[in-house]
Amino acid sequence: MSARALHEVSRDTLREKARLIRLETLRMTDLCGSGHYGSSFSMAELVATLYYRFLQLRPNEPQWPDRDRFTMGKGHAAIGLYPVLSDLGFFPQAWLDTYTRFGSPLGDHPDMKKVPGVDFSSGSIGHNLSVSVGIALGTRRRASPSRTVCLMGDGEQTEGQVWEAAISAAHWNLDNLVGIVDVNRAGSDGDPQQTMRTEPLLAKWEAFGWRTLVLDDGHALDAVSDALDAALNRPDGRPTCVLAYTTSGKGVSFMEGGWEWHLGFLGPKDLERAYREVLEGSIG
Amino acid sequence: MKASFDKLGTIGETRPDRADRARWTPQPRAAGVSYMSADTKASIDLSESRIGALDDEATWDMAASLGLSRQLTTGSVLIELVDEGHDIVVCTADLGRPTQVIGFGRRYPDRYFNFGIAERNMIGAAAGLATTGHLPIVSNYSFFLALMGVENIRNDICYPGLKVRMIGTHSGIAMGFYGTSHHCNEDIGALRAISGLTLLAPCDGNAIRAAFAQTIHHDGPVYLRAGRGREKPVYGRPPRFAIGGSNTLREGRDLTVLAIGNLVAASLDAAELLKADGLDVGVVDMYSIAPLDRAAIRRAAKQTVVVSAEEHNIGSGFGSAVAEVIAEEGLPARLVRIGMPDQYSLLGPPTHLYRHYGLDGEGVAATLRKALA
Repeated sequence: MSARALHEVSRDTLREKARLIRLETLRMTDLCGSGHYGSSFSMAELVATLYYRFLQLRPNEPQWPDRDRFTMGKGHAAIGLYPVLSDLGFFPQAWLDTYTRFGSPLGDHPDMKKVPGVDFSSGSIGHNLSVSVGIALGTRRRASPSRTVCLMGDGEQTEGQVWEAAISAAHWNLDNLVGIVDVNRAGSDGDPQQTMRTEPLLAKWEAFGWRTLVLDDGHALDAVSDALDAALNRPDGRPTCVLAYTTSGKGVSFMEGGWEWHLGFLGPKDLERAYREVLEGSIG
Repeated sequence: MKASFDKLGTIGETRPDRADRARWTPQPRAAGVSYMSADTKASIDLSESRIGALDDEATWDMAASLGLSRQLTTGSVLIELVDEGHDIVVCTADLGRPTQVIGFGRRYPDRYFNFGIAERNMIGAAAGLATTGHLPIVSNYSFFLALMGVENIRNDICYPGLKVRMIGTHSGIAMGFYGTSHHCNEDIGALRAISGLTLLAPCDGNAIRAAFAQTIHHDGPVYLRAGRGREKPVYGRPPRFAIGGSNTLREGRDLTVLAIGNLVAASLDAAELLKADGLDVGVVDMYSIAPLDRAAIRRAAKQTVVVSAEEHNIGSGFGSAVAEVIAEEGLPARLVRIGMPDQYSLLGPPTHLYRHYGLDGEGVAATLRKALA
């Protein structure tokens, strides 16, 4: 795999894009009456940096064969992806206003049959690293410069299928494949490490034959860029796993940490409070 | 429904200025989206919630939301059964809170195994637990239990004939806008094909209580197909619940609806609506899908039309099982099947979807009127 060009983008712009993800997550959840705040906020800097600095895409040609691919194991965070896809021009902004309403293409989980720019559907956790292995094998066979990035959750690390996929990616030396684990410490039943311990994840991914990069703060934009640049543009013949340690609900003080805001809804006064914190905050 | 999005424009149109911060101020509610009321919240256990008196009254977090699934009585009935001496262990895959067995885990932590998001591992381990004399109860969302785990259910639990109970919740399209991955309209089709598996569909919280308690001595695998827990209740107390049985809730001279799950309440609503049309409609809760209550089908088929009703694809579900009985026994009635058409559901709020697919009282009534016309 070879390196691909980076988009010229300032840190301030990335910060604004991450802010857009959080603002739209708040707004769309208000339209819906229910939403996954925690997971969307934890990945905001990762997704903003990926899409605006690294991924090579053609919004007017969503099926461009040489595009970079992005798949989500943690599909419940799609609410944070939709504003980015819309902002890049994959679909009209007006679609966002229909989020989860009757007949909308935009549901709580991303649907490749309904949403341009979504490379693969998600919702059943643990599937998409396998799907990404298939994509990476296929694009390599086509000698495409395409790279595939799969964003997983830390709760997802308990799915056996993740490790089946990990074995196969290492076996086939898929250095065009990057897995990112958003370690936000929030799951349906609480902290995934309490529910079912998967740490030390670094030793596990290394033992499975992956080059593994640890991002101590998945909200620090420069560090995020460095890690993704190494993962995407300096391959070493192995698939790469980025362990990104993040904070669930990052950016809204009363949501940070804990499982309680994995799913929820803000009434008008609290929504205003959250908007203010996100608008005034300066993450990364 | 795709057509309705044409008006939203096409890719490449000019997007408004993203710097417009007025966009991010609270707006008046859209029609049809209601807040969780203060009354509702007052009736929910908020001890685990992070919302407090200082928060907006409409704000809710996951702890509050889970309190709405009042019909998911699994945890409480299992506590009673352990207290009666049954050697029960509960298995879940990071869904102890949403499927409401976490209370059991608190009461009996040594009998509670949360596998994390690892459904196939959980099913296999439940089989292993059963071989050691425990009675494992697997509680998970139906789409990840019955559909993801079907091969493990067959090979690990049903082929050895192990005494395991599985409860798949949130079946059908109850998950609405969570999307196709979270809809489950194929589980009856998949599970009905597995030899030795008893398949039951308790339609509310009291039925779940009855299903666990009254089949506890059955020496083989049982799968309970349940809803999201927000269903309109049918029973005021635990009903009679027997493998191969049914409950006639209403006799009708003109036609009988054989219903399961959510469609029991919807069919009862429809029967009430049709009184105004002078139609006398019977409703039977056919909670035992495998084995079926064939006698109940024979009784219903004495009328010219029999109706089956389910929140499942009609091509492979309960209605198909009814059709087999009608055909095999040469019953002279015509069968009308109510359920999901042969397609993946649209996304949207569940109530909108039920209306669209004719699975609420009005929708069932409309189908029955047509069937009798």
